[in-house]
Amino acid sequence: MSDFVNYCREPMLEMYIFEANQLMEQLEEILLNCEKACGISKDNINEIFRIMHTIKGSSAMMMFSNIASVSHNVEDLFYFIREKYPQHFDCTKICDLIFAAMDFIKRQICLIEAGKPADEDEAPLAERIKEYLEEIKKTGHSSGQQECASRFKDKKEEQEAQKFYISKYEANQRPEKKYSAKIFFADDCQMENIRAFTVVHNLKEHCREICHLPEDLFNNDSSREYIVKNGFTIYMVSDLSYEELLKLLNEALFVKQVELKETEQFDLLISEPESESIPADKDNAEKTRTGERKSFEASETEDSARNIRQNLISVNIQKLDKLMDIVGELVIAESMVTHNPDLEGLQLDNFNKSARQLAKLTDELQDIVMSIRMLPVAATFNKMHRIVRDMSKKLGKEVKLLVAGEETEVDKNIIDHLSDPLMHLVRNAIDHGIETPQQREACGKPREGSILMEARNEGSDVVVTIKDDGKGLDREKILERAVTNGLINKDAGMTDREIFNLIMLPGFSTKEAVTEFSGRGVGMDVVLKNIEAVGGTVCVDSVKGKGTAITLRIPLTLAIIDGMNIGVGKARYTIPINSIRESFRPVESQLISDPDGNEMIMVRGQCYPIIRLHERFKVETDVKDFTKGILIMAEQEGKTACIFADELLGQQQVVVKALPDYIKRRRDIPGLSGCTLLGDGSISLIIHIGGLLKERMQKERNKK
Amino acid sequence: MSEEMQAVFGEQEDTQKDKYLTFCIGSEAYAIEIRFVTEIIGIQPITEVPELPEYIRGIINLRGKIIPVMDVRLRFKKPFKDYNDRTCIIVVDIGAVSIGFIVDTVSEVLLIPEAEIVNPPEISKGGNRYIKGIGKAGSEVKLILDCDRLINEDDMECLEKLI
Repeated sequence: MSDFVNYCREPMLEMYIFEANQLMEQLEEILLNCEKACGISKDNINEIFRIMHTIKGSSAMMMFSNIASVSHNVEDLFYFIREKYPQHFDCTKICDLIFAAMDFIKRQICLIEAGKPADEDEAPLAERIKEYLEEIKKTGHSSGQQECASRFKDKKEEQEAQKFYISKYEANQRPEKKYSAKIFFADDCQMENIRAFTVVHNLKEHCREICHLPEDLFNNDSSREYIVKNGFTIYMVSDLSYEELLKLLNEALFVKQVELKETEQFDLLISEPESESIPADKDNAEKTRTGERKSFEASETEDSARNIRQNLISVNIQKLDKLMDIVGELVIAESMVTHNPDLEGLQLDNFNKSARQLAKLTDELQDIVMSIRMLPVAATFNKMHRIVRDMSKKLGKEVKLLVAGEETEVDKNIIDHLSDPLMHLVRNAIDHGIETPQQREACGKPREGSILMEARNEGSDVVVTIKDDGKGLDREKILERAVTNGLINKDAGMTDREIFNLIMLPGFSTKEAVTEFSGRGVGMDVVLKNIEAVGGTVCVDSVKGKGTAITLRIPLTLAIIDGMNIGVGKARYTIPINSIRESFRPVESQLISDPDGNEMIMVRGQCYPIIRLHERFKVETDVKDFTKGILIMAEQEGKTACIFADELLGQQQVVVKALPDYIKRRRDIPGLSGCTLLGDGSISLIIHIGGLLKERMQKERNKK
Repeated sequence: MSEEMQAVFGEQEDTQKDKYLTFCIGSEAYAIEIRFVTEIIGIQPITEVPELPEYIRGIINLRGKIIPVMDVRLRFKKPFKDYNDRTCIIVVDIGAVSIGFIVDTVSEVLLIPEAEIVNPPEISKGGNRYIKGIGKAGSEVKLILDCDRLINEDDMECLEKLI
């Protein structure tokens, strides 16, 4: 909450959005877990309470009153649950409510992010939450009260043993003074109680003991009115000087007037205004004060939780790009120094030692910088749990989502392009693929359908598969539909795969009725567009009655790959190491050549085409005899070929950079997927095996 | 050389209007608008990229940024000349495209007021389509290049070749 000192709105707003989004993600995870476990554990209740509390506080500060009010209601609900811990509440109902609240907040944040006013009416939702609170209050009251009372007493005793809130300042012992302050907030600033709490929160760092009036800031609407009318009174013990404290108080937002007094009689002052202002018996006052202390503890744990979260920072991606470029430069500069021609022939033991150390450090630095951009797909995958939950509930289907390979790391840009297609695919799988439990049982399948979402690295691609065990695609129906829509000829002689791929055409849907979730024929089109935008492909496989698998293949355009550097003449090329099967020097007897001049090689009874890189890329080289150079057997997208190069130069982690747009615009080179920088600053071209093969096949076809 | 240029840049940074960077190819002097020019570097190791027209020599690594380089000599269908230590790459930024022009030598930055620029005579068929105007500076004549065309109009040429 140190943000509050930050007055500048823009960074604050950014921070707010970032924080709120993060909290919402956390909340979603907790709720899904709760629902799975069919109950909310105490830790989770506290966590939800804290999240809502933080959102409420920051939303109120940012003047997003509807968000604040919704979160306030949820907070109320959880405050009740936390305090009273009613035994019988309906977990799913609570989860539904919180999900609704969460969606509301998310919508608002989206609006804020888009720079539009977030002014959706929160009243109906707030009303629903309030109603539910009343409901559980009624049911929980009679039985839970007795128990609660005793528990509360326990707690009190426990706290008696504990000291007052001790803040970090204890270390530097300065003479403490007692102060009393009266704060008036600006007229119409609203949420005075929250603002008062902020003031207290800010003071907490610097004061050993704080008491304030009214005591209860959150759960009592009258306290707000009280603050408006009589001002907010704080009593505190602090080592700060009068001036420092005054400054601190004036720093808070919307403070109109502060009266700060140094005082001697601290204890007296506490009880005095209490008895005159809010009629409360001594026991009650005691209780609220312990409550107050407790809330301090809560906020202390909140602080520590926040510290953990702050291990993550958000960085503009452009800065990372720049950093990566600079590190690349550094590596080049390093090799320029250590391989400087001036040093040739000199005996430099110490220099070499230090140079090695430097090389090690720059290597490490490079590795780290490269890994920064990579994010595991887990976050995107986990978002799907919610969709599965909502949809299976609405459609009355039982679906479980299995996730594999979520640790696969993908470049940030690609992750952004992945989330929408995945959502559509999961929706499709549930809506079209998975049958109702009755149908499933009739087919002899387990009641619960399953969707497997899997990510893995394959060559220079990331492959994401979404597989369901539903009814599969109906080949005939698709064909029929395509023919009626005039998309294809009736007897075009298409393979199953080609027919299944028809479903990706815009406006193509075999579903008769449009539902809330699908049937408009847009989804698959979105998938295709998004994946194509990052240069990927979509492929559909299906077996009727068994299920459907949709495979997204996305190149790691900006990602890091392990590459094998090879040399052809003076040129350098890189082949993704994952696509290399083996490399070997051929024996004359293995080589075959057909009448068209196509060269092939026989390895272990299999015949593979040979691609001469120097011919293909028109590079001058002395090595033209197969037995002098080396053959690299590479495989991509199920096709294999041997690539002939002069020599292997070694393995290296490389960052794939796209070829300049200018060149791409001039001509699309299918055999190259990009370029990369080598350690010495020279550029190496990355070979796209699939492209090379495709090209070769086309040539052959043309010949025929 | 580049230090000199830097100095010149520094002095005249406040206004780029009517300022041209001049360079030579063979005996002709060309000029390009200074606002396009990002920097001037010496010749660098160039990585060849297959399947491109001859005048695009390949790509270079400019502090981590990969940019294509075009040999202006070849672009104007003049014979190739070996690169030496006078050869320069002028890095220009036009629109979103960064590209390096390989030229024989870079001469100086000149002020050519608009009044001193005349349109090229319309003689040859498309022969001077890369020349935007002819600038007069003292007794010399500078051919002012149309960078945009130089970069973007090669698609036409590709088509011609195909036909």
